[in-house]
Amino acid sequence: MIESHLPALLVVVPLLAAVFTALIRQGLASYLVAFIACWSLPVMSIALLGQELNQGTISYALGDWAPPIGIEYRIDSVNAPFLVLVSFMAALVATYARSSVTSEIESSRQGWFYTVYLLCVGGLLGVLITGDAFNAFVFLEISSLATYVLIALGKDRRALLAAYQYLILGTIGATLYVVGVGLIFAMTGSLNMVDINAHLAGIETLRPVLAALAFITVGISLKLALFPLHVWLPNAYAFAPSVATAFLASTATKVAVYLLLRYFFTVFGADLVFEQQPITPILLVFSVAAMFIASIVAVFQADIKRMLAYSSVAQIGYITLGIAIATQTGLAGALVHLLNHALIKGTLFLAVGCIVLQTGAFKVKNLAGIGRTMPLTMAAFVVAGLGLIGVPGTVGFVSKWFLITAALEQGWWWLALMIVTSSLIAVVYVGRIVEIAWFREPSKEVSAGGRLPIEMLGVTWVMAAATIYFGLDAEFTAGLASRAAETLLAGIK
Amino acid sequence: MSTLAELMPLYNYWITIFLMISGLYIVVARGNMVKKLVGLSLFQTSVYLLYLSPGKILGGTPPILAKGFEIYSAPLPHVLILTAIVVGIATLALGLALTVRINEAFGSIEEDELFKPEITHD
Repeated sequence: MIESHLPALLVVVPLLAAVFTALIRQGLASYLVAFIACWSLPVMSIALLGQELNQGTISYALGDWAPPIGIEYRIDSVNAPFLVLVSFMAALVATYARSSVTSEIESSRQGWFYTVYLLCVGGLLGVLITGDAFNAFVFLEISSLATYVLIALGKDRRALLAAYQYLILGTIGATLYVVGVGLIFAMTGSLNMVDINAHLAGIETLRPVLAALAFITVGISLKLALFPLHVWLPNAYAFAPSVATAFLASTATKVAVYLLLRYFFTVFGADLVFEQQPITPILLVFSVAAMFIASIVAVFQADIKRMLAYSSVAQIGYITLGIAIATQTGLAGALVHLLNHALIKGTLFLAVGCIVLQTGAFKVKNLAGIGRTMPLTMAAFVVAGLGLIGVPGTVGFVSKWFLITAALEQGWWWLALMIVTSSLIAVVYVGRIVEIAWFREPSKEVSAGGRLPIEMLGVTWVMAAATIYFGLDAEFTAGLASRAAETLLAGIK
Repeated sequence: MSTLAELMPLYNYWITIFLMISGLYIVVARGNMVKKLVGLSLFQTSVYLLYLSPGKILGGTPPILAKGFEIYSAPLPHVLILTAIVVGIATLALGLALTVRINEAFGSIEEDELFKPEITHD
């Protein structure tokens, strides 16, 4: 009985828990509610992935109103792995959160932190699971509004400016998206993604549909921080509380990428987007620009969180590069890099959270010798940093291997060369931290501080271990990504 | 037919585009945070018109089933826009709340003063 309602429960549980925490409004009790709610999510999403692997696509009619009139929750091979990723990240970060939140957010606001965190989780899961274009907009805005609040909770007063800037740009993005959906709705009379695709085949005047494609592409690109539209991201990640940064960096932009994939392949169809329109060269230019420019900017950052944020912009470039190639290997590379980058950036930001809790330092120059005073945390940082570079044996290598293979399959050896060259820039900015952290005498700032809470170090290391495990045994992640890529390229059967 | 419709066919779409562009222009051109939010709100509101226009049928009734009335406007755009209005209000409220906090923390809501180097780089 309850198994058949898992798709709805996956979204309803965090949203309801958010209401409870808002009523409780007390640090510890709110934390416990959030903790329990978040750990129920991976259980449900794994059950859903299992169902999907056994029986194929699951279609759930919300409120028993049959699609395409009613809202459909649809779980196929593309979004099932994303649900597992986001729900696991939500649970792990919730486990990690308590001590970090206590030290970084004033006590009267701690209860609210868990409320907005749960709203954000619920919104992101909703975007992933829904098969309805307008419903996706509503969930996108639930998660975005929660994100603005999460960022504004940062200790530094500039967090408010970052949140405001993100609010303006994020809302413009969401509104462009909803304009696109409106145009599609006017042309097809449908909001169900699969149903829209069926109706598009019979349309004679393509112009409104192409306008919709443009609006939606630009709107979602703002949300996923594609290179020239990324200006909101560095400040937002730098000033948000450490816990929020770790969660957002590993999930929020990834969910936006998923939505873009859905529109390109399920709604508009690969034929319209990639064969008839020049999306490939456009995305290629922006992706390569992101890979190089954002990486180079990362090298010169004085703040470690901002450095990692610019590195995120660069890594998103690799993901959109895979989408631009739009072959089986390219898409599988993009998808596997989505999962891998979520693990890598999650680990890095969690390690930074440990450092901030222990020493209060987030300037790179203040981190001198921290490898000697916090060896376990910095070891996790280095492991994930190697993954960022793409060293064999880490997850980063798996995704770069896929992307380079995809470029070579097209005969674009120059692109393969660019992927390798830009990875070398990552060596510089990760190497800079390693040099300062391990090869210098510990400064006064980093030698202070007591013991790190065990759960924070534990979660950081679970994530770091995952980046190695999935690097050595890529069968599972690469298998899921290849299946998803096949589904996307085949369209909806 | 009204004279406006004769002068300019599909005038509601032109109004939509005008509102959309002016809203976006205000967001980009103004440095005052409250004025920016007004522009953003205008930008969002223009979308409501975009949704509602194609749903209206000239001579149709509101979408309520009643004897003697066969033609009625599409109900779905109205429902969607009710949801979009709620989202818009939430965004505006949050934006204004942030502006209040920014004013408390910095003593200004003008971007020229807030994005000075001594504030953005410490």
